Order: sequence, then C-alpha cells, then structure tokens
Amino acid sequence: MNAFLLGSAIFILATVAVGLARVLLGPADADRMMAAQLLGTGGVAALLVVGVVVGEDAVVNVALTIALLAAFASVTFYKAAAVTSAVDPDDTRQP
Amino acid sequence: MSAALDLFTLAAVSTGAFFFLAGTVGLLRFPDPFTRLHALTKADNLGLGLVVLGLLPRVHGLSGGLKLVLIWFLALLAGAVASQLIASAARRRGAGE
Repeated sequence: MNAFLLGSAIFILATVAVGLARVLLGPADADRMMAAQLLGTGGVAALLVVGVVVGEDAVVNVALTIALLAAFASVTFYKAAAVTSAVDPDDTRQP
Repeated sequence: MSAALDLFTLAAVSTGAFFFLAGTVGLLRFPDPFTRLHALTKADNLGLGLVVLGLLPRVHGLSGGLKLVLIWFLALLAGAVASQLIASAARRRGAGE
C-alpha cells in the first residue's frame, strides 16, 4: 500500500512537472502563473501523501506552508499586473 | 474492514492523481487563458480533495485528519481567490490572443 501511495506521489509530481512546460510556452504571464499554481497544488498533494506514508507530522506542515505561499504568490502576481497596466497608456479601462 | 479502507484509499488517490493529469493536459492543450484556468481549478479542487479523502483512513487520530481537511479547505479558498485574480489580470491584458 505504501508503495502505491509513494508511486502516486511521484506520478502527481511528474504530471505537474510536465505542466511546467506552460511556463516556457507562455504566451501570457497569466498562463505562466497558472502553471506555478498547479505546481503549488501538486506539491501539496505529493507532500501530504509522503507525510502520511512516513508518519511524519512535519511534512504535513511543509505542505500547509506551500499552500499558503501559493495563495500569496497569485495575489502578488495580480498586484504586479495591476501596477504594470496602470502605467500602460493603451489601457483605457478602469483598474 | 481494513481491506475495504485500503480499497477506498486506492480508488480515491488514483482518481485524485487522474484529476492532476487532467489538469495538466488541460493546461497544455486548451486554447486560451480562461479555459486553461478552468482545467487548473479541476486539479486544485477535485485532485487535491480526492487525495486528501483517500489519505484520511490512514492518519492516526482525529486531529491529523482534521488538519488534512483544513489544508484542503485552504487550497480551495486560495484557488477560488487566485483564479478570480488571474482571470482578472488576463482580461485586463485583453486576452484571447
């Protein structure tokens, strides 16, 4: 059973790593951010699986921290995008 | 009973991993940022949720299980906020390519 769980953790990480190709491809910054978000969620899932398999509470805490940081990352992305578009003269829409 | 719980773990974690695969394929294959966001939220909500659900029978004590569920709730909440923000940023840039 543990072998299956560890295998699924590796599988999740591998699919997320393939998804990181979106960071290279783009085309918009939003697409790159989405790939980073997927890495965050996949990392949380893989860490939770590993934490339960080895019975180590600290690994679950690491997963919790990553979930929190992923949330902050997208808020920071939005703030940065808002600042960039505020100085864009072509953007006539209200922020 | 133990075998039934193992089977439940097997099914739930496998389905969760499948949703991660689906999210990745969607992120790579869908044509514009909003459809990609749609694929991403499936991985967030269902993939992580099913993995957590499958792990629940294997944790010891109530507090350990509660912690896993709370991490999932945090990911749900963060995913909902993040998808709104990313979509808003993509729309402001005039997405649709």
